[in-house]
Amino acid sequence: MYHASMQAKRDVRIGKDLVAASAMPLVLAILDEGESYGYAILKRIDELSGGELEWTDGMLYPLLHRLDRLGYVEARWDSPPGGRRRRYYRITPGGRHALSEQRRQWEVVSGALESAWHSFQAASSALGRVEG
Amino acid sequence: MESTIDPGIEAQIREWRSYLLRRRTIHHIDVDELEDHLRTAISELGAAGLSGDESFLVAIKRIGGVNELSREFARERSSQLWKQLVLGGDSVGERSPSEYVPLLITICFAIGAAVAFKLPAAFGINPFDSGTSDSANGDADASFYLRNASLLALPFLIGFLAWKRSLPARVIAGLAVPFVAAAILVNAFPFQRGGDTEVLAALHLPIILWLVAGVAYLGGAWRSDAPRMDFVRFTGEWFIYYTLIAFGGVVLTALTQGVFEAIGIDVAPIITSWVLPCGAVGALVVVAWLVEAKQSVVENMAPVLTSVFTPLFAVMLVAAILGMALTRNFIDAERDVLILFDVLLVIVLGLVLYSISARSSDARPTLMDAVQLVLVVSALVIDMLALVAMLSRITEFGITPNRAAGLGLNVILLGNLVWSAWLLAAFLRRKRVFSDLERWQTTYIPVYAVWAAIVVAVFPPLFSFA
Repeated sequence: MYHASMQAKRDVRIGKDLVAASAMPLVLAILDEGESYGYAILKRIDELSGGELEWTDGMLYPLLHRLDRLGYVEARWDSPPGGRRRRYYRITPGGRHALSEQRRQWEVVSGALESAWHSFQAASSALGRVEG
Repeated sequence: MESTIDPGIEAQIREWRSYLLRRRTIHHIDVDELEDHLRTAISELGAAGLSGDESFLVAIKRIGGVNELSREFARERSSQLWKQLVLGGDSVGERSPSEYVPLLITICFAIGAAVAFKLPAAFGINPFDSGTSDSANGDADASFYLRNASLLALPFLIGFLAWKRSLPARVIAGLAVPFVAAAILVNAFPFQRGGDTEVLAALHLPIILWLVAGVAYLGGAWRSDAPRMDFVRFTGEWFIYYTLIAFGGVVLTALTQGVFEAIGIDVAPIITSWVLPCGAVGALVVVAWLVEAKQSVVENMAPVLTSVFTPLFAVMLVAAILGMALTRNFIDAERDVLILFDVLLVIVLGLVLYSISARSSDARPTLMDAVQLVLVVSALVIDMLALVAMLSRITEFGITPNRAAGLGLNVILLGNLVWSAWLLAAFLRRKRVFSDLERWQTTYIPVYAVWAAIVVAVFPPLFSFA
């Protein structure tokens, strides 16, 4: 029991719903840093989360399509001479607006969680003492 | 970067590409993008020290399952189904010319059907041009087309389906047999011009030939039940599409005629003798292609039509029964009354079939199934009353080909619906599974073929070609 919970702390598995919910603001924020393409976006997510936010790579592309349809990003094909063509995405003003809106929402959520953790921590350390 | 990928992996990537492309929801452009991702991942994994095979497998695994991927794309695109009607492409210039080949072949079959349909005009048989031919000749021409229209047009639909399914020559030869037999019969019989048996044969022949088309559609595997249901589905979807396109065609020709009339040119003869017949016949093939290529669009329509019209028809029939009970006016066995009730039963059966084709067979009973049972039972009640009225008329005035055909069709539909009602009731009480109803409908299909064959081949001599 004790071991299992320690294991879980070291190797965080983020649930599917949470990954899905955070996907859009994360991708928009990465594109806000500059124009990018699918593979590079995934690398950046990996970097930002320290490798703990795991995506099924393919799922990024339907999401990019949705962002394109909503007008949050602009896509273009770039074919360098002699190279493979690649699809690049760039954030639009509408996307920046959506990003700041999302950011406000996440700040509220994470602020609420932050204050909730304090009471949780107190309770769980008390529980640990009883079990120990 | 590409040079680091060895030929074996290259072949695997090509295979994966074509596998993705088979999913209707993943478009060309998406596959290109995913391929770029895959190649980048492979070369990066290769740089990290993995072998070619290993990096391919890891990269594929990270991209994720094709099923989830196509579902995700489908969800993203579900609101754009109408766009798929425009050749399924998302933007111009992103499709290779080879994708137009099936469309071109389809158009060739459609043109072939139209040409074959108008070919008799080269021999002076042209009933569409009412102005030029004298009336006796016109009658003969009309009678020729009445008997042969389906024989001229449907081979091209079957040819199209045979090409789509790449049927072996042996099966195609088998499919030609009913056509040849029917062509000999309807043209050799000494029909009395404009007689009932001729009209009846002409009406029932397309049913047989359509079922022959069904064999072609199923690629010859018509003996088992599940594929037969696919053909029922195809028939329903084909009907919806044909109706839509026919409606559009009527609007178009009416407008054309109006516009040309406004500039003082009379195009009516061209429209009636060329545009309408060729368009109607060519559409047979084009619609079959549409049903196959753009199935996802129409798939959503059958359930909607069913759930709109099932309750409406049920209300109408219950009201009719109440009306009869309250006023004590029973069905007046007029001349056409049997045809009316045949049409009613065909519509009720059509609604049942649409609803069967639209649902999964492991679904639980819903309110709609109860409404459907009400619909079927009330149709049966009304039809029994009509049959009683009709039988008394036949015993009084004797039997004619029309009455025999109407009666036979009525009995066949009645038989189907009685057992369907029984199965539906058992399904609602959870005594039976839904697939029993499905299987009953598919096993019943040959009955229609046999009955139609009887009307075409036996009725004329039986009633001495009257």
